[in-house]
Amino acid sequence: MDALFSDEQRLFQRTVRAYLEKECAPSQIRAAGGAWSWERWKGLADLGVVGLTAPEANGGLGKDETDLVLILEEAGRAALPEPLAETAGVVVPALIDVGFPEMSAEWLDAIAAGEGIATIDRRERMTLESRNGDKTAMAMAGASIAGVDIATSDRAAFATAAVLSGIADRVIDMAATYAKERQQFGKAIGSFQAVKHLLADALLGLEFARPAVYRAAWSLAKRSFDVQRDVSMAKALASDAAFNACRSALQVHGAIGYTHEHDLHLWLTKGFALCNQWGTAAWHRERVAAVLSDRSPNRTLRVSFRRSE
Amino acid sequence: MLQTTTKRSIPSSGLSLRFLTTRQISSRPVDFAFTPEQDAFRAEARAWLDANVPREPLPSFDTREGFESHRAWERTMADARWSVINWPSEYGGRDADLMRWLIFEEEYWASGAPGRVNQNGIFLLGPVLLEYGTAEQKQRFLPSIARSDEIWCQGWSEPNSGSDLASLASRGVRNGDDWVLTGQKTWCSRGAFAEWMFGIFRTEPGSERHRGLTYILIPLDAPGVTVRPITQLDGAAGFAEVFLDEVRVPVANTLGEPGQGWTIAMSTTGFERGVVLRSPGRFMATARRLVELYRSRGPDVPASLRDAVTRAWIDADAYRLHTFMDVSRFLAGGEMGAETSLNKIFWSEMDLRMHRTALELLGGEPDPRWLDGFYFSLAGPIYAGTNEIQRNIVAERVLGLPRS
Repeated sequence: MDALFSDEQRLFQRTVRAYLEKECAPSQIRAAGGAWSWERWKGLADLGVVGLTAPEANGGLGKDETDLVLILEEAGRAALPEPLAETAGVVVPALIDVGFPEMSAEWLDAIAAGEGIATIDRRERMTLESRNGDKTAMAMAGASIAGVDIATSDRAAFATAAVLSGIADRVIDMAATYAKERQQFGKAIGSFQAVKHLLADALLGLEFARPAVYRAAWSLAKRSFDVQRDVSMAKALASDAAFNACRSALQVHGAIGYTHEHDLHLWLTKGFALCNQWGTAAWHRERVAAVLSDRSPNRTLRVSFRRSE
Repeated sequence: MLQTTTKRSIPSSGLSLRFLTTRQISSRPVDFAFTPEQDAFRAEARAWLDANVPREPLPSFDTREGFESHRAWERTMADARWSVINWPSEYGGRDADLMRWLIFEEEYWASGAPGRVNQNGIFLLGPVLLEYGTAEQKQRFLPSIARSDEIWCQGWSEPNSGSDLASLASRGVRNGDDWVLTGQKTWCSRGAFAEWMFGIFRTEPGSERHRGLTYILIPLDAPGVTVRPITQLDGAAGFAEVFLDEVRVPVANTLGEPGQGWTIAMSTTGFERGVVLRSPGRFMATARRLVELYRSRGPDVPASLRDAVTRAWIDADAYRLHTFMDVSRFLAGGEMGAETSLNKIFWSEMDLRMHRTALELLGGEPDPRWLDGFYFSLAGPIYAGTNEIQRNIVAERVLGLPRS
């Protein structure tokens, strides 16, 4: 048990944060009308971000979800318009798991180089698109490897949970900063207990969702028997945490937060949308409930960290 | 991941580095699997507990009979060196690191073992004795705590100093080699039967707030001490008030330096709120019992209660994961800071929700264990610093909001 990210993992996270602060500022997102930027995507690829989970043979870094999770949080913190979660968190692992070797190799090369990008729709149909306009679609429900089912929808739920955690982190920061600056009744509104407790609760939700998101990353990477339960727990907690954080951040900002003029909406609209995508909190809790109701011997409640054999 | 953040370490540019600034050093990627050594330790603890935990529940430790039977259980544990495993072996421990302690706690509560009657001595006083005590004090007190030969209560709150603890007025006056203590302490859990009390007293006349306080160890059989049990809302005498009327205590019973009392007391509370007072094992055990109760009620449980049970289990597991991350960071050289207040809010409110859900599943059916647990869980958001105070601490010291 060493539930701590390595200095290398944290350093990579810091590098990505610095890049996004420079290349994905709210003004830049607004100027492009929220559209994808191939230049930024290429820049992320040069850092190793886009091909993080792609094999080294294809120009990627060959890393797993425990490396990806911190980077997806940064994507959420930056309200990144490009589909990094879908590309690096869902489609690349799916291509590796069950892809048709020749087609996969070609697309993995393109993605790792920042020349390819991937999305997935609600019906789990994946679309691969290249910078020069090539497009291909495929469907892949998941793979069973070493006896453990990894559903595409579970990868998507995990990646979404990680992005939500980053969104929650950012809007809490924004609200805390605003509460320190905004004066009413002659003092900063952050000195009022009602405001303090609202933000303390938002942080509470995030802080206890985060370890579950990290554990889900680990369970995916290790193909744990409990991967479905762990992913569902992560998405349930992250959805609720992000909803509360977004809602509280808006409340602290007041009317200005409700405007398009203020940057807050870049995160709020994403957060409110993503918390119900790839399974609502209630849907995922119901999936955990099914595990808790299951008395079969493979379902032990006693030890909850198990790798596949 | 939660990192150490204090008021000082928050970058002036804002909060964006909240989760990145840290003194931790780790060269390994994150790993949630236990090592073979940790698994072996777990198996050893489980085997001992399976063989030794009393089959019948002991009477409540808030009765004289129950207090003594719990003391006997502590001695059974001490004989096998299980009572204070994270202490140095010279004082009865096993030099176990916090990760092993968490594993032991999981097994302890999963086994249905009795509550820890000397938890104030073992978990609150022990660590500060190890840090601030003299060699003589350690030798004098630690082994007797490990065996529960002496059971401790905490003397902090006063009738007019609860959330505002720093306003406390009980005083100590130096007289030769003695402190002469006068005042009133209250809400002392297990104070009715305890042998000793650790407390903080105002020893500098005219001092205010956190200054001029001293941490003093007091035998409750000293002349001038009057202990009055307080009957709680559930009918048990779980805590007591302690009156001190010119009680003479040797200056050698001072922990740390005179005037250092607040610092020492807060080093206890940080850790208390953080990890040691309420390990995740306790709540995982409650969550599992709740799941068992839910399963036993058949298929007609309303969906909303099924969801409440699921939330309880998820929250308990989230608390567990969070603690493993905290402890991993701590073992890598990080510190526990104000974010421990988050833990206290989380576990106390989770515990209350779990017990409420159990009573709803029971639907009025009498079940003394769940009912006692429910009443105890009601106290959680109050003791060890109310959750309102904790939310202020989180807002001010973690989020950097201005003081009121």
